[in-house]
Amino acid sequence: MFIRPLFRIVRDDTKIRFMNGRHMGLIVSAVLSIASLILFFHPGLHLGIDFSGGIIMEIRTQGPADFVKIRASLGNQGIREPGVQRFGEDSSVLIRLGAQPNEAATQVVVNKVRAAVEEAQPGAKIVRTDAVGASVSAELFRDGMLALGISLLMILVYIWFRFEWQFAVGAVVTLILDVTKAIGFLVVTRFEFDLVMVGAILTIIGYSTNDKVVVYDRMRENLRKYKTMPLRELIDLSINETLGRTLGTSMTVFLAALPLALFGGSSLSGFAWVMLFGIVVGTSSSIFIAAPILLFLGEHRLRRDMAPVATPKAAG
Amino acid sequence: MMYFSRLKTALILGACLLGVLFSVPNLMPAPSRWVPWRAIHLGLDLRGGSYLLLEVDMAAVIKERLDSLADGARQGLRRAGVPRFVVTPQAAQNRVMIRIEDQTKQDAALEAVKALATTSTSGITQRPDLDFESTPGQILITLSAPALVDRATNAVQQSIEIVRRRIDETGVVDPIITRQGESRIVVQLPGIEDPNRIKELLGKTARMTFRLTDETANVASPVPPPGVDFLPLEGRNGGGKIAVRRRIEVDGANLTDARAGQNNQTGEWVVNFTFDSVGTRRFAEVSRNNVGHPFAIVLDDKVISAPNIREPITGGRGQISGSFDARSATDLAVLLRAGALPAPLTVVEERSVGPELGADAIRAGAIALAAGFVMVMIYMAVFYGLFGWMANAALLVNLVMMVAVLSLLEATLTLPGMAGMLLTLGMAVDANILINERIREEVLNGRTPLNAMETGFKRAFSTIIDSNATAFLSHVMLFVFGSGPVKGFAVTITVGIATSLFTATMFARLLMVRWYATNRPAALPV
Repeated sequence: MFIRPLFRIVRDDTKIRFMNGRHMGLIVSAVLSIASLILFFHPGLHLGIDFSGGIIMEIRTQGPADFVKIRASLGNQGIREPGVQRFGEDSSVLIRLGAQPNEAATQVVVNKVRAAVEEAQPGAKIVRTDAVGASVSAELFRDGMLALGISLLMILVYIWFRFEWQFAVGAVVTLILDVTKAIGFLVVTRFEFDLVMVGAILTIIGYSTNDKVVVYDRMRENLRKYKTMPLRELIDLSINETLGRTLGTSMTVFLAALPLALFGGSSLSGFAWVMLFGIVVGTSSSIFIAAPILLFLGEHRLRRDMAPVATPKAAG
Repeated sequence: MMYFSRLKTALILGACLLGVLFSVPNLMPAPSRWVPWRAIHLGLDLRGGSYLLLEVDMAAVIKERLDSLADGARQGLRRAGVPRFVVTPQAAQNRVMIRIEDQTKQDAALEAVKALATTSTSGITQRPDLDFESTPGQILITLSAPALVDRATNAVQQSIEIVRRRIDETGVVDPIITRQGESRIVVQLPGIEDPNRIKELLGKTARMTFRLTDETANVASPVPPPGVDFLPLEGRNGGGKIAVRRRIEVDGANLTDARAGQNNQTGEWVVNFTFDSVGTRRFAEVSRNNVGHPFAIVLDDKVISAPNIREPITGGRGQISGSFDARSATDLAVLLRAGALPAPLTVVEERSVGPELGADAIRAGAIALAAGFVMVMIYMAVFYGLFGWMANAALLVNLVMMVAVLSLLEATLTLPGMAGMLLTLGMAVDANILINERIREEVLNGRTPLNAMETGFKRAFSTIIDSNATAFLSHVMLFVFGSGPVKGFAVTITVGIATSLFTATMFARLLMVRWYATNRPAALPV
């Protein structure tokens, strides 16, 4: 443990023929992504308060909370359809209300909830109030989507600039597939989609690109090194050579995010679970999606100016 | 690549030392006012507090301008001797429409209303703030686009000033009040769990006016006579309306001071106020001419009291007695001292977190951070041995550097920011993994230890740059477009990526080189 490594994740002579499974990988990925898209439209994302607007108030009562009483006094205040639920402990209550027609109404309702809580559970503390008006939530949503869109675009441009266009297209198509799956995961798990989740998805994008760049980098290097090797073998070789690193990095990020998912508290665990899912998806897509796409796009083009290869040219 | 001059070594170690030095302010309070002491701020979601996003009601700003334009136009037309005209403010089109019956007076009318324009000095070019359009029988006065922007800017600036004064009066420590976008104001109140009092204070325009009443008008009639408003009377008796003349005799802006106090005789709560010289003179004049008649003190279109004038008031001092208790009298005094808002403010977003919830979040975040850190370190040690320990040392230095840079930026650490820190630590070792794997490959290719390290670093470097650049870019976007706590997340990750480049490629390499130079091993432990 102190000088020599105890284990290796992959043996040095690993030669898995990943490209044999390329159709399988693409089909599985496409099916998952299409399923995610369907889930996205129906039943759709569970929008958090940032994007849907509305009110969330968290209350800590002295002693166990009396839900019936709280609901009754909310009703007395004329609040219709409040979501009142236990939140962790017995003395913790979460009150959730949908978007109000306008900003002034939102503030009126917040005050009514305060009054109702005071009436039902004297001495209860309101430990958190989030109230987002309709216009603000629409803007937050637009800005969040802009951040996602522009990030994808910048990654496309960057990779295009540093590699051949086939790499850029391959990376961005894979990223879109990754993101759709993450959204499907959000729908299935009912985690709230809010600004923090946009952050999580952007991190997944950043992380996944990072992974792809490492594999692509090796392919580019090998393209120069082995001028006669068929692209398919070359891609397999590159993936196998970088496999230790790909899995290693995934493991460290996974290990870093795991405690966050387990003990990060209610507000961060959703974020962390999405990250964990994204790490698994991002790692597998580097191997099974990004590389085959490159194989399809680059079968002839990436090799064209190099063949026939007879003269031994010094590689860059 | 594998040679470090003394200078370079000193620079790297110096940078690490500076990192430690700049992190210290987070652990202890400033020893003296004269030592620069920059630390990371805790976000409101961690320390507890309130975040309010206020919107200035621009429609009200424009409506008020149009109303005053319409008043000005009426007076101007009357003075110019234009008979029978109708002046209508049309808020939807940002204009005032004037209809004139006698078209021979068209030119005179146009001349009269043109005097209303003032030149706005926005930008370099000076241009009138009004556009005039004259067709037979009709004149349109439109607020020009730059004038509208000007007005909006002024309204927000003024509102920020008033908001600041009102909040300062309540004794909140370190409030942050900033402008956001065209018409919004962000108010951050650390330590305030229940912002209700502040919201109440900010929710009032607090425009106070002193006006005469119209005792002849019948408040029961459906439409008030011209120049008169029927305003509700606030008070114990509740309900009831009073006919108040529109003409403002003295404005609340002419107050220099207002204090809550108790009436000596009755013991009821009152607000004592003092006029400035202009207000004193005007109030003296009005009260002299109207002894025996009531006047109305109007606050935001509600009459708070309508006492009779018993004698001329020339001292510039007065007292408002309504149905006050200690708190409402104090609040009114605060509002009057701070001044009136140019337009109503609406709370469009509120986020309040109690300190105990923030403390819970910090505890959960700290546990997760420590656990994640330890797990990553164990992983690196198990799978990379000695070089893994060097990566771990680099990781620790990276944490210190991150804290240092965030302190220098006086960045705000939020709950998502803590998550960002943890993820950065997981990703930072990526560079070390890349390097270690590459060195191992080079060893397997038959290179000598030094040569393998040299080539490993060189080859891994461009990959590290490429892979970090994309992650960096997407988080910069998140910073630009995100808001609130998510910004904290973006900041920690971008800073973490930058510092990890330094620690992984410089600090870890320095450790390896020093180790190689002292031990001269025949084979690398990879």
